[in-house]
Amino acid sequence: MYLGPALAVSAILFTLGVVGVLLRRNAIVIFMCVELMLNAVNLTFVALSQQLGLDGQVFVFFVMTVAAAEAAVGLAIVIALYRHRETVNLDTINLLRG
Amino acid sequence: MLTFTFYLFSVLAIASAVLCITRRSPVASALWLASTLFQVAGLFVLLGAPFLGAVQVLVYVGAIMVLFLFVIMLLNLGRQEATDIRGLRGKVLATVLGLVLIGELLALRSVALSAAITLPAGEVERKVAEQGALQALALPLFHQYVVAFEVTSVMLLAAIVGAVVLAKRRL
Repeated sequence: MYLGPALAVSAILFTLGVVGVLLRRNAIVIFMCVELMLNAVNLTFVALSQQLGLDGQVFVFFVMTVAAAEAAVGLAIVIALYRHRETVNLDTINLLRG
Repeated sequence: MLTFTFYLFSVLAIASAVLCITRRSPVASALWLASTLFQVAGLFVLLGAPFLGAVQVLVYVGAIMVLFLFVIMLLNLGRQEATDIRGLRGKVLATVLGLVLIGELLALRSVALSAAITLPAGEVERKVAEQGALQALALPLFHQYVVAFEVTSVMLLAAIVGAVVLAKRRL
């Protein structure tokens, strides 16, 4: 019923997530923008599941699980990084080795 | 009335997302993101996925955002004097790339769904009315996608172990 507007909203939210990743330097804020992108895709899945079947909603489950695991591991990495460098500014963290 | 609610949630979601990426303080960003996720949960309900809306509030707004806020406060990043938003060049680049991306995505929206993959009209509603919203979702999850479900539990275990090892002070 709301397929067109819902897809437009999810496109806008996804783009805002991408813009946030490009705009910010704080690792945690960039991480939050990635969560925003994942959520925009979830909205697409739910909107299209009305016409393509409920399998899309099952996929949203898996996306949410992966996002939760990703948040836990990613924030642990940020904590380890902060302990090591005393900053979460990504401009100063550009080497893979410690 | 329902349409008005839908657009209200949409506008609030987009406004919160804009505030999320433009606020200087990470705590404000996190709270605006929580607001966005909550509006998206409302959109889920309006789009006929009430259970996913509830899960969205519980898992995203409840668990993930609290985890984010917890880490921000743990690292004491709440009061930042210097802004972490990039300079003019970064802003122009982000705006241009964002406009290109939104143009592409909105152009994709006009692509019609192929009739071969589209269910007959009312099929999903019929299934939900027959089995209930929850069972219609649970049956494919525990039959068709049961392997993926089990693999997900292994992935969660790996994530738990990984998070503990990474955040440990001494390995």
